Amino acid sequence: MDVASAKLIGAGLAAIGTGAAAIGVGFVFGQFLNSALRNPAAADGQQGRLFLGFALAELLGLMAFTVALLILFVF
Amino acid sequence: MAGKIDPMHQFTVEPIVPLHIGKYDISLTNSAAWMLATLVVILFFMWGGMKRQVVPGRWQMAVEGLTGFVDNLVQVNIGPEGKKFTPFVFSLFSFILVTNTLGLLPLAIIPGWHAFTPTSHFSITGVLAILSFSLVLIVGFWRHGLHFFSLFLPAGTPFWMAPLIIPIEIVSFLVRPFSLALRLFVAMMAGHILMEVFGSFIVNGLASGSVLGFGVGIVSFLFIVGVGALELLICALQAYVFALLTSLYLSDAINLH
Repeated sequence: MDVASAKLIGAGLAAIGTGAAAIGVGFVFGQFLNSALRNPAAADGQQGRLFLGFALAELLGLMAFTVALLILFVF
Repeated sequence: MAGKIDPMHQFTVEPIVPLHIGKYDISLTNSAAWMLATLVVILFFMWGGMKRQVVPGRWQMAVEGLTGFVDNLVQVNIGPEGKKFTPFVFSLFSFILVTNTLGLLPLAIIPGWHAFTPTSHFSITGVLAILSFSLVLIVGFWRHGLHFFSLFLPAGTPFWMAPLIIPIEIVSFLVRPFSLALRLFVAMMAGHILMEVFGSFIVNGLASGSVLGFGVGIVSFLFIVGVGALELLICALQAYVFALLTSLYLSDAINLH
């Protein structure tokens, strides 16, 4: 296998991580809705934590995306 | 038009007004021009709402909504002592929000023009992150002196956990500026690459002239409409997340856990 094809395969493999982050983000919002519907009165006060959790989960997916871009464009 | 898709071309920084002083290149680039445009938009928006009428009009209500939103964010996350950091968080929030949104303008329909998002460059978001991180450091050491290092050991930690907790806390503290900058930069860049790639699918699909190409073009167009709406959401969300995390970090520096 030549280096160019290995690079493309590597970038594709790195992109799997974004899917894992999608699971994480879905989990954050799903759990938030789950509990917000049980206690709607307390939901508004937790929005900061919701977006904090979202940001942290999303960051890891973005890191996978960055790795894919680094493989594609830097090496 | 049909041919190779080049999604990274839109991020090139080109000089508009070349200017060299000595060996330093201080040309006005398209990045700087779009940041100036952001400044003009923010100043215009704020100017329209600073009339301080007792009964606010529509414009003043919009401005008060924005300032009130940031003020509330800071109050909730930092507490009463956060009042003096509201201008800083507001500047960050409005700059990121307006820059992100201006970058989505469909200016490419004018030949030779294309919208540019300064926040899709790590150098810009890195400077923003360093600004807020250094403010956290300055405020923390100013208020607490060397006691600021107790941030690395949350109160109530069992003593035998300390060798484990302290390195983790130090790493998580040092990673903050990178995570702040990286999140904004990658979110913006990924969105623009996605739009560019699917926009090229439409152009290439239609240019191929076949029925299949036409179908691909239609599907890509529907997709890009959805992605465009999502991008607008992400613009606001990333600005909000940046302001939220900045105020949380400031709260750490002021209230020490």
